[in-house]
Amino acid sequence: MSQKIVLVNEEGIRTDGRKLNELRPIKLEVGILSNADGSAYIEQGKNRILAAVYGPREVHPRHLALPDRAILQCRYHMAPFSVEERKPPQPSRREVELSKVIREALEPAIFLDKFPRTSIDLFIEVLQADGGTRGAGVTVASLALADAGIPMRDLVAACAAGKVGAHLVLDLNDIEDKEGEADVPVAYMLNSNAVALLQMDGLLTIEEFKRAIDLALDGCKQIYALQKEALKAKYIAIKEEAEEGVEEE
Amino acid sequence: MSSIMISRIRQKQIAQLITSGKRLDGRGLVDYRPIQIETGIIVKAEGSARVRLGKTEVLVGIKIGLGEPFSDRPNEGVLTVNSEFVPLASPEFEAGPPGEESMELARVVDRGVRESKAIDLEKLCIIPRKKVFVVFVDIYVLNHDGNLIDASALATLAALMNTKVFRYEVKDGEVEIKPGFVALPIKNFPIAVTFAVISGKLVVDPWLDEEEVMDARLTISFDRDGRVCAVQKGGTGTLFPEQIIEAANITKEKAEELRKLVVKS
Repeated sequence: MSQKIVLVNEEGIRTDGRKLNELRPIKLEVGILSNADGSAYIEQGKNRILAAVYGPREVHPRHLALPDRAILQCRYHMAPFSVEERKPPQPSRREVELSKVIREALEPAIFLDKFPRTSIDLFIEVLQADGGTRGAGVTVASLALADAGIPMRDLVAACAAGKVGAHLVLDLNDIEDKEGEADVPVAYMLNSNAVALLQMDGLLTIEEFKRAIDLALDGCKQIYALQKEALKAKYIAIKEEAEEGVEEE
Repeated sequence: MSSIMISRIRQKQIAQLITSGKRLDGRGLVDYRPIQIETGIIVKAEGSARVRLGKTEVLVGIKIGLGEPFSDRPNEGVLTVNSEFVPLASPEFEAGPPGEESMELARVVDRGVRESKAIDLEKLCIIPRKKVFVVFVDIYVLNHDGNLIDASALATLAALMNTKVFRYEVKDGEVEIKPGFVALPIKNFPIAVTFAVISGKLVVDPWLDEEEVMDARLTISFDRDGRVCAVQKGGTGTLFPEQIIEAANITKEKAEELRKLVVKS
């Protein structure tokens, strides 16, 4: 913190050229790993994250199995090369906590009671981190679950808002996350108006906290639309392939 | 949540009572259980406090050590928060490496202290880039009857306020410890307030049975100037956006009440 970096200029433009309430460019792809039952990939700014779902399958270790529903097991993990300084591959305390909050954000969306005594295993690998990886992780994981054909109440979309250089901003990038005053990641299920993940660090007045949540929810709604598009795109591609096959015959 | 199995009948009873604004232990929805705080009970530690929140009991010990600063914070002391779910505290706890709940507890308490800048870490720098004081906060859960977060955050604050740091002198780039102590520099007083969402209602300070029934958990920490400094949602349920705001408003009031208990002690 030796010199002050200007994170938002006088015109309200951020270091990466975005407006205060603008998301980073997002690219979503569904069904990209052949071994997994479901998979998805997200690019959000410089974030590059893969998610894969295996299951419902047998529970390991077996004593974790529940007689009336499936369990969701989630591992959020960052590749050693995903950040500036190499991150040792063994799970850090941060990764353990994030695995827990991400699991708790997705569980409410899944009809776990349809698959008693099984496990749905979710793996999130951050290949490159650029701020907001837990949110992007939830967004991409929810697509991977849908791609695995697991019955869900809704897609879960996630996005952070925060305070940077005295401004409330949407979708913080790495510098904004590190140098900013506050970060509020939120995950949201649009159809039930339900907040499934909420965390905050930094300092905000109650008023700013309320506005940050509203801003984050707005980001979630935009991401939700992109998620639906990405899912549809996969099925349109399958349909086109099938139709081509018919024409050839 | 850790599951001490409670009967379906009791679960139903707890949920139904809350629908009508009552709780099985007679409290109102936003009432805390009785709170007792004792400080300075471990003399070998540089700071300590025990908090009893109803039957929940948490001991926090603070040790001060010497270490190196983080490279991105060369002029600041280091804070580390760790928590142990000691097996004597609950039939559900096992010895061994910390589980995710224990890590979450430590990280939520850490966030409140760190983000509110409760400790003046710059004053803990001895030689920039080389030597700083390290504040080790160890949360020891002694009896688990729900709401470990609030009890631990309260005990941590009380222990920090009671922590002493050795005097020192720098001679030729070496640190020499001198006799005597000074108080750990404290700048802010973060307080955590935890809610359970049960039957769609917000309930403050859930005890263990309520944690069994709750859909979601929400912790909000406020600093002494009435600013939000940490938030954590837990549990596999969800909250409506309006409930979050309602919880923040209740927290603001409750945090004032709780802060008075520690800041005077």
